Amino acid sequence: MGKVLVVTSGKGGVGKTTSTAALGAALARGGENVAVVDFDVGLRNLDLVMGAERRVVFDLINVVQGDAKLSQALIRDKRLDTLSLLPASQTRDKDALTTEGVDKVIAELREKFDWVICDSPAGIERGALLAMRNADAAVVVTNPEVSSVRDSDRIIGILDSKTLKAERGERIDKYLLVTRFDPGRAARNEMLKTEDVLEILSIQLLGIIPESEEVLKASNLGAPVTLNSPTCAPSRAYFDAARRLKGEIVDVVVPLERKGLMERLFGRRVA
Amino acid sequence: MNLISLFRTKRTTAPVARDRLQVLLAHERSVLGKSDLIATLQEEILAVIAKHISVDRDAVQIKLDRGASVSMLEIDVEVPAPPANKPSGTSGPSVPASV
Repeated sequence: MGKVLVVTSGKGGVGKTTSTAALGAALARGGENVAVVDFDVGLRNLDLVMGAERRVVFDLINVVQGDAKLSQALIRDKRLDTLSLLPASQTRDKDALTTEGVDKVIAELREKFDWVICDSPAGIERGALLAMRNADAAVVVTNPEVSSVRDSDRIIGILDSKTLKAERGERIDKYLLVTRFDPGRAARNEMLKTEDVLEILSIQLLGIIPESEEVLKASNLGAPVTLNSPTCAPSRAYFDAARRLKGEIVDVVVPLERKGLMERLFGRRVA
Repeated sequence: MNLISLFRTKRTTAPVARDRLQVLLAHERSVLGKSDLIATLQEEILAVIAKHISVDRDAVQIKLDRGASVSMLEIDVEVPAPPANKPSGTSGPSVPASV
């Protein structure tokens, strides 16, 4: 029986899709069988970030409605055969998703894979609730910035009340993934420190992903950053996070970009 | 940037952000964040009490504090003073219980 994870945040643009792809690929590289599921119906993007946008034939809604079999809709990654994608529909409306249908698809995925990672849409509406409904654990993606932290607090409250686990009176594991973190700015007190965010949200820390140009480079190319450049700072942070998800104890450090001498001397960028 | 500004301690913004968030979220958790659980508890506790004593709706306050290791459920019931001759304490005991 696989484990179901939801990657959620409330706020949009904080890195849910990037993190879903990166964590999924990191786990799959470690030999785990992983399915990443896009729940952002109408605004799908996980296919694009993973470089599978031209291979989508059937999607989540086709499977939910019984128009396609799960095996027909799953897209196996070309680089990693332990990684599969279940895309969202781009044309349909999220109302086409039914609770029963979603429960059935997730149950089927749970049978086939070690990890089912659901990429939640932003917001706290139906789509987000369906994405978290079957989750055993949640990764709350948060930027060290006031509006993101506030929305994460809201989503934590919703995870504690609206998931199936919560309804059964069980506890859903909640992990904080801080993304777009700039250690320099945090040290200069220009950015919330991870400890501040942790103290405010009081959930377990999964990892700190440093801000890096490698993330955009990878999405430009349609590859999870952990596959595109596995040794760069954000990738190392994602690999560590993936190991923590598996229950390993890994010290939390913020990996820094290894810079060459010339870059160190002249590499200071404006913005 | 001149030498003076280099050495002057700059007013930093992150602590302000942290303090604003702490104040805001404390408020939101108690009002807007009142979960279904709290609302249900409030209704049911009120119903139980109403069977025996007549209390005002506002006299039952329920608070849930989420902490890292321990969460605290605080139920505060204000019991009205008996109608005649005994105008003693009006506030009932606060019953904290871990959840």
